[in-house]
Amino acid sequence: MELSTADLALIQALQAGLPLTRRPYAAIGESLGLTETAVLARLEQMMAAGVIKRFGVVVRHRALGYRANAMVVWDIPDNEVAELGHCLGRYAFVTLSYRRPRRPPHWPYNLFTMIHGQDRDAVREKLEMIVHQCDLQTVSHQVLFSTRCFRQRGACYNHTPPAWPLPPAADPPGGLVSIQHPV
Amino acid sequence: MSAVGISPEIRLDALDRRLLNDYQQRFPLTPEPFRDLAGALDIPETEVLARLTRLQTAGLISRIGPVLRPHRAGVSTLAALAVPPECLDAVVTLVNQFVEVNHNYEREHPYNLWFVVTAPHADRLHQVLDEIERLSGLPVLNLPLEEDYFIDLGFELRWN
Repeated sequence: MELSTADLALIQALQAGLPLTRRPYAAIGESLGLTETAVLARLEQMMAAGVIKRFGVVVRHRALGYRANAMVVWDIPDNEVAELGHCLGRYAFVTLSYRRPRRPPHWPYNLFTMIHGQDRDAVREKLEMIVHQCDLQTVSHQVLFSTRCFRQRGACYNHTPPAWPLPPAADPPGGLVSIQHPV
Repeated sequence: MSAVGISPEIRLDALDRRLLNDYQQRFPLTPEPFRDLAGALDIPETEVLARLTRLQTAGLISRIGPVLRPHRAGVSTLAALAVPPECLDAVVTLVNQFVEVNHNYEREHPYNLWFVVTAPHADRLHQVLDEIERLSGLPVLNLPLEEDYFIDLGFELRWN
């Protein structure tokens, strides 16, 4: 499905969420010059085409007590990554399962999963379970717990350039940080 | 740099829990969706709206809206930086000044800052990554999505 300019504008208008009013789709439409019927029809079409994975309440895990969040990254042979990615993506507590490129020498991992739990032990327990159930005992992996969240919001797809001027690279040479390579 | 997303404890009753859990997918695409919820929960529509407003204000609900399949509207990537701890606050400020950055987390790893950049097209995406690299003086680990194995059914909340 090709997304029209109107679709993109609608998606953008919804990134902040539906207004909590009696006729939210009419309100969104009004801001875009679309009728309520047109808004609902476009959303149905984007759902049917799979552009929208789901439509509904997006919760904040942390605020709801799921304070432990681990990005678990795996170094999986290329010919097995799809099968294992699907295996991991099926668990209710796994909220993401993506293949991404390796970046040798510093980054050998090609599968990324996110596991949420109420505390770190809960996350480790779940991890142990999926390692066992998906047969991952011999696969090299790392667990990256998050410690602070500095931003979490819907994406901005269609913005104008930032209104503020970008600051010059003030700290010479090479910017803010002098250490160039990760350990 | 203050972290976001931590709310004061708020008391949740059974109706709040249903509002949080039961409408993560298939939220009604109807002219008066909150009236549909009100019918299902057997409470007035005004109470549905009041409760959702409270949950959103408390930071428990990020939004009610669409979750998109990646790369259907715009392009995005996951990026990471290995930031010396004493520079972290400054680099967070630098990264967050870009409206294209919609997630930004500190993680326990030599690569300690992880953020998602979303832009209308690839040129702008790379421009943002280049700018972050230039302004921070740190090489950006750029890890674009290649394949998505995850079917998003929302997040199952378990109450103790």
